[in-house]
Amino acid sequence: MANFYLDNKELQLQFDHPLMQRIVALRERDFVEQEHYCYAPQSFDDAIDSYRRVMELAGEVCGEVLAANAESVDREGPRHIGDRVEYAAGTQRNLKAFHEAGLDGLSMPRCFGGLNFPLTAFVMVNEMIARADAGFQNVWGLQDCAETLNEFGSEEQKERYLPMTAEGATWSMALTEPDAGSDLGAVMLKATWSEERGCWLLNGVKRFITNGDGDLSLVLARTEAGSTDARGLSMFLYDKRNGGVKVRRIEHKLGIVGSPTCELVYTDAPAELVGDRRMGLIKYVMSLMNAARLGIGAQSVGTCEAALREAEKYASERYQFGKPISQFTAIGEMLATMRAKTQGVRALLYETARYVEIYKSLAAVGKERTLTAEERQEMKYYNRLADAFTPLVKLFSSEFANELAYDAIQIHGGSGYMKDYPCERIYRDARILSIYEGTSQMQVVAAINGVTKGTFLEEIDRLAAQPYAEELQPELQRANAMYEQVRAMIAHCDQLDQQHKGFKELHARRLVESVGHLLMTYLLLRATTTHAELYRTSAQIYLRLAEAKIAEAATRVMNSTEEDLELYQ
Amino acid sequence: MEQKFQIVVLAKQVPDTRQVGRDAMTAEGTVNRAALPAIFNPEDLHALELALDLKSRIAGAEVRVLTMGPQRAAEIVREAMYRGADGGYLLSGREFAGSDTLATSYALACALRKVGADLVVAGRQAIDGDTAQVGPQVAEKLGWPQVTYAEQVVKVDGDRLQIRRRLAEGVEVVECPLPMVITVNESAPACRPRNAKRLMCYKLARTRSELLEEQSWVVERVEAMPELQIVELAAADIEPDMAQLGLAGSPTKVKRIENVVFQAKEAKRLTASDEELEALIVELMAAHTIG
Repeated sequence: MANFYLDNKELQLQFDHPLMQRIVALRERDFVEQEHYCYAPQSFDDAIDSYRRVMELAGEVCGEVLAANAESVDREGPRHIGDRVEYAAGTQRNLKAFHEAGLDGLSMPRCFGGLNFPLTAFVMVNEMIARADAGFQNVWGLQDCAETLNEFGSEEQKERYLPMTAEGATWSMALTEPDAGSDLGAVMLKATWSEERGCWLLNGVKRFITNGDGDLSLVLARTEAGSTDARGLSMFLYDKRNGGVKVRRIEHKLGIVGSPTCELVYTDAPAELVGDRRMGLIKYVMSLMNAARLGIGAQSVGTCEAALREAEKYASERYQFGKPISQFTAIGEMLATMRAKTQGVRALLYETARYVEIYKSLAAVGKERTLTAEERQEMKYYNRLADAFTPLVKLFSSEFANELAYDAIQIHGGSGYMKDYPCERIYRDARILSIYEGTSQMQVVAAINGVTKGTFLEEIDRLAAQPYAEELQPELQRANAMYEQVRAMIAHCDQLDQQHKGFKELHARRLVESVGHLLMTYLLLRATTTHAELYRTSAQIYLRLAEAKIAEAATRVMNSTEEDLELYQ
Repeated sequence: MEQKFQIVVLAKQVPDTRQVGRDAMTAEGTVNRAALPAIFNPEDLHALELALDLKSRIAGAEVRVLTMGPQRAAEIVREAMYRGADGGYLLSGREFAGSDTLATSYALACALRKVGADLVVAGRQAIDGDTAQVGPQVAEKLGWPQVTYAEQVVKVDGDRLQIRRRLAEGVEVVECPLPMVITVNESAPACRPRNAKRLMCYKLARTRSELLEEQSWVVERVEAMPELQIVELAAADIEPDMAQLGLAGSPTKVKRIENVVFQAKEAKRLTASDEELEALIVELMAAHTIG
């Protein structure tokens, strides 16, 4: 009788966060919808109560249905039949369970059949899904495409397509092509306007498309013939019922086997333009990718949780030399570090989800009425944080998921290498996390501006200025010392870069990671102040980890010379 | 108003005997209800699913759940509503305390006559008593035919239902005229999950007694929405012969309760060889323990 919400206190605590007041106020606008929907909340407390109940329901579906199907889905995988995809039987059961539980369209507005839940809840469901079956998170989590359509689509498009999400339609986003991976500006799929048919027609090939045979797709295509860069790309909505797209093959993958990765051939596939021409990559896909990166963050944290639990379980059950192996220091340290990483990156994930939520909600309000000067400022503030934090979450959570999956097998010893325990599946599933939706290297490129322009440091200043428990003063002092060290590193890099261009790029990952470690240290210390019993140990362990990591980075940065630029060319 | 087809599901709140710990029994040998979580009797959930499936196949059908128990059993009605039931009744009062299966089925039959039903569906048996008597006894008291061990309604044919029964030796399909009582096996399809929208809407469903202790906004909401009102029935509401209710109406007397203790002599030691394992499988299959 597993329930992935009830057995995870950290998830439950997210709804106690002070920013939830603001989030609910923005989502529910004075609770006006209670007049039309019996399931709309009447007050803040009522809303939070509903969130908790529905998360408990989602936790049950994940713990009971998804977890039970995970192994068979991994073994069976989807099938390529004709030019279509057929999900594994377990995947079909998962989709049915989620649909019957009414969880589809979780964050969609009620007028489109959704529940109008905040992003925090959407992220949470994605995390719980991934803990049960990482691959299913891809299939279900791609609903965030609907968010993008809700943000940028026309009223008519929204009315036509958004209700399909709540009715169980699955989504995909077709961006990547054989010669356009990280460099999406090189996308070649051709979109031409057909006077005869009165619509756009898509022609070309897409590759590595997750859930490519989904009911609805957002497709990036080139509308401006002769153009070669991002400014010639537009975004389209493709409805599978209209035909014109064939699945040429399903990739055979190392992990997330249940999630079908497709090669698609477009032949005069009719599609609708979303938003303005030429804004496809520059505006819409950037927004879509940010949402998807947060989704991968959730998937990664869920993977961390799964790896941690498997490792803890095995270490407490496996006896050697007359005692459980968890009692040996070498294993104990690994487990404690795994827990600290999971807790740290989860804190970062939900912090980021709140930032994204507030600025997106304000943007939505801004479409209905003029925002006040204060609101505009608030939106700008959170938008800036969200843009900086999203790649940071993606970077850390996906790397941690891989580290934890590695350690989980290590703790299982020889048994972990066999197909007998879930840790081997988790290990295979984790590997993609630091690659897709932008590799870790690309996340660093996206996050480095937040380091050099001070966004992260300002946020750390704000965090450091908050009240901390008296007993945490020694830890806080150590954190403050790290802060000075990081500041010095950034300044030093800046100075070097002014003399010789290239130092900032060379050390970008070290700088971004140092800032991330520091942030998570403060977040865990803050969490310890309010919930000592849950966070204290992890905060202390993370602090030590961060000190070591930052010291290592500092050694590299502070000793850096011109020679380095050539050495690593 | 259009005449509705009323399906009433009999459901019981039971202690979760699948989660038995050390303190599951009291020193007196009765079930320690405080130590076990109260749940929807598992086979009654299968009954609810069968009823909800029928609702989608019979025009104008409504599904309501009837439960007898203390006030907290109202949770069973809410739980059923989260999964698709249209509403429900709570039969509650100290007059019902100490009921055995005879007194329980009498009270339920009285209540069913009162609320009206075209079809009654119940789980085969409850996991606390394991008697499988209440459903059949209700049918007898109503004077209705009964189909037990049901797995699926194969066909709805006017005022007759074709039902597949799961028996020890196989399955059989029977046809039976309405009204009738069906008791449902655990081999029937599992109940659909709770639904998020229903959960948020019906979390406020309350009985009259529960409303007395509620905040004013809940009271207002429930009064404004009839679908949130769980009908509470007291003994007087079902016009019974009081002598047949509760302890007075219960001829069953518990003489003695014994704990089952597994003896070490029942244990058998095997080596890990394939031959011995196969022999064990053959033995267990012959004894119908597995297979």
